[in-house]
Amino acid sequence: MASRHVTKRAKYKTTIKDPGTPGTLRLTLEKILFVPHNPKSAGKLDVEFRFIKGQKHTKEGSNKPPWLNLTNNQNGSFIFEFENYSDLQYCRDFVGKVLAKSGEVSEKPTVTYPDEQLSAAEMELRIKLLQEDSELQKLHKQFVLSDVLTEAEFWATRKKLLDTEANKKTKQRLGFKSAMISDIRPSTDGRTNKVTFNLTPEIILQIFAEKPAVHRAFLSYVPNKMSEKVFWTKYFRAEYLHSTKNSIAAAAEAAEDEELAVFLKLDDILASEARWKIRRVDPTLDMEADEGDDYTHLPDHGIFRDGSKDMTESQNELYRRTLSQDINRHAAVVLEGRAVDVDLDDTRAVAEALAWSKQESSTKRESDGDTNQERLARVSRMTEIEDLQGPNNLPSAPLCIKDPRDYFDSQQANALRTSGDALGRTEQIKCSLSTQEVYGSLRQSISVIKAMGLKDPIVKPEVAHQVFDALTNSISTTKYHIGKNPHESVLDRLPKKTKDELLHHWTSILELLKHFWASYPITTSYLYTKVNRLKDAISNIYPQLEEIKGSVPSELRHQVSLLVHPMLQALDAAIQHYEADMQKRSTGSVDKPNGYV
Amino acid sequence: MASAPSKLYADDVSLVVVLLDTNPFFWSSSSLSFLQFLSHVLSFLNSILTLNQLNQVVVIATGYNSCDYIFDSSLDLKRSLENGRMPVMCSSLLQKLEEFSFKDEQLSKEEPEGRIKCSLLSGSLSMALCYIQRVFRSGALHPHPRILCLQGSPDGPEQYVAIMNAIFSAQRSVVPIDSCYMGAQNSAFLQQASYITGGVHHKPQNLDGLFQYLMTIFAADLHSRSFLHLPKPVGVDFRASCFCHKNTIDMGYICSVCLSIFCKHHKKCSTCGSVFGQAQSEAASASDKKRKTPET
Repeated sequence: MASRHVTKRAKYKTTIKDPGTPGTLRLTLEKILFVPHNPKSAGKLDVEFRFIKGQKHTKEGSNKPPWLNLTNNQNGSFIFEFENYSDLQYCRDFVGKVLAKSGEVSEKPTVTYPDEQLSAAEMELRIKLLQEDSELQKLHKQFVLSDVLTEAEFWATRKKLLDTEANKKTKQRLGFKSAMISDIRPSTDGRTNKVTFNLTPEIILQIFAEKPAVHRAFLSYVPNKMSEKVFWTKYFRAEYLHSTKNSIAAAAEAAEDEELAVFLKLDDILASEARWKIRRVDPTLDMEADEGDDYTHLPDHGIFRDGSKDMTESQNELYRRTLSQDINRHAAVVLEGRAVDVDLDDTRAVAEALAWSKQESSTKRESDGDTNQERLARVSRMTEIEDLQGPNNLPSAPLCIKDPRDYFDSQQANALRTSGDALGRTEQIKCSLSTQEVYGSLRQSISVIKAMGLKDPIVKPEVAHQVFDALTNSISTTKYHIGKNPHESVLDRLPKKTKDELLHHWTSILELLKHFWASYPITTSYLYTKVNRLKDAISNIYPQLEEIKGSVPSELRHQVSLLVHPMLQALDAAIQHYEADMQKRSTGSVDKPNGYV
Repeated sequence: MASAPSKLYADDVSLVVVLLDTNPFFWSSSSLSFLQFLSHVLSFLNSILTLNQLNQVVVIATGYNSCDYIFDSSLDLKRSLENGRMPVMCSSLLQKLEEFSFKDEQLSKEEPEGRIKCSLLSGSLSMALCYIQRVFRSGALHPHPRILCLQGSPDGPEQYVAIMNAIFSAQRSVVPIDSCYMGAQNSAFLQQASYITGGVHHKPQNLDGLFQYLMTIFAADLHSRSFLHLPKPVGVDFRASCFCHKNTIDMGYICSVCLSIFCKHHKKCSTCGSVFGQAQSEAASASDKKRKTPET
């Protein structure tokens, strides 16, 4: 802990309206002591911290004076009015720390952090985050518990983390089932001719979504014309007729009951929608070309539904629906997803919500009413007149990039050569012999070899072995080591401890610097103290980095110092900025109190 | 056998044209004596001929003043016998080499001091390519040719253009130029020759084991090479020689018409005669004139 106690001038108020008793507030790790300036006045206070449950305070910038409200566990409260906000902040942080400390004992390190009046859920979320992410926990321990950062500051930069975590809590949206509603099979009890359909709110929503005509009928009939039960009975009667494939019977029923007819007829809303969709199909799409893949010429796409025979009677065509229509409609609805998010139990509400969302999309559709115009423009744009087109096959030269290693290898050799060049140059043939002499010696060797024959053995075995070794070695090195291994990172070669330390330092430095630079420009005294705190923490890192450098074996030291160098640079920049800023303050704003703006 | 009309050349039949450096100035100063060198090379040639019955070896001597064919296995058919100490082919080769040495010496003339004692590589390269062209034209079936330069003398910058031309013609007719350099410095010409033509360049570290190097690196035929890992040079010295002073340079001026290389600014290209404008540094005021733009 940075300090064991805090002493500030403050006024103690029993209630908010109370003008307050001026005095000195002294906070220690265990107690809150208030001594009035006037020893005779009442209002002396001596409370132990363990009775304090939480604290509230007024925000800077609000029109209220700087108040700190400490609540005790009997729901009473002590209100202190400070002279300025920095005092308040200081005390607030102190109280926060003390409360946090006492909280730690109960193994909830952050729950008792009260300076933001966090809800329990938020607190739990934070604890959960810390538990899940050991790195975060390390940082939290390092900075928050050692007073470099306050709890609020620490989390302020991680708002996103908190938000996304909150988002995750909203449950995943359920889509429609991929099972089709026509799969709702009636169950028969076997004894009577009664057929039972089981209807769940889920199925109702699906029916509404897939069959706009049923939806419309529901909205207009229920509950004015008939009850919901009657409505669904009619619907399933129609469905049943449909499933029996008896289009004559369906036609007969429809003639009798006009409401039933609604369910049996082709859905006119769907039909108009389909027409609208066809209009939107890219006019250049050659639909005829796709016809070969199509099964539409086969009744029910070649699938015999229920194994029953399909009767094609033109006059009853109206009451027949094809499987393809059903499948397409179902697929479209499933892909669209669930648009309404209401309680499924109330069928009426569901129907209305669905109608509302439909309306929205249809107004959207109308807004792009100039689709037709656009379509025509598109046609003219897409139909290209081939005579007027330039030749498509422009001359091109394929880009040929050879193995880049060749280049780097040659560069390396050049570097080697220039170093060796000075040596080689002097070794030009030192020829002291005359022309006759050199030719003579040459011919002498020839005559020797003619007389003596070839050497036996030509090469000594050990020399041959050496040559083999050297060649194998050079071949394998050029093959495997030059320009290879870009993936091997420097970090992997370091001992694990050093690697971990380096990585941890990186994250902590980033954390510190993030807060540091975010505090500029310093506009409040709070930021001023914060920057000071951060600067102290930053300067503490230097010796630690040096220690790392010293701890590694000498062959790795260079690598480590290369890694540490950018850290030092970043820290140096921060310190430099801090000092420059300090200097500006001390010279430029002498008249300002405490050196901050 | 070799002259049989129905000779069937498989993909592993080679024609190896060996360019033998016989520069006496080099061999008199080299750590490897010419005697040893010959003994390694003769054994190597013998091995190539025994690797495949249809293999063919041509040896060209690269002298100081001249170059000449000193051996052609297709003409020398008495390869089976030996006169006690060495194969007949070797003695005939040595005989030719000795005669060549005499001729080469007679051609030598008085020269100013300080000239680089290089051998006539450009000449022997051209002769090798001519021989290979003749083989190409002999019929549809022929062995796969390659050139092997056994070089020790330093590069002669004055031969730069000739050598580069030979290299490019070898590249065009897909003839790899292998090179084995035994001198002190590495040879930029040979590095470039092997690099451009897709051959192998190697500079043996241990010259006592020259035969081993030759056998390991240069003996395999071109088809088998695709399955082998041969030593690759770490890099290639791409420096060029200027046309004016025959110096090896890193940076220079290039004629925009004929791509001739110069180490300093000239008024006129010595190769194609293009007239250059003034260099910018000399006449900063006349900035409308572009540097090195010919005005012909």
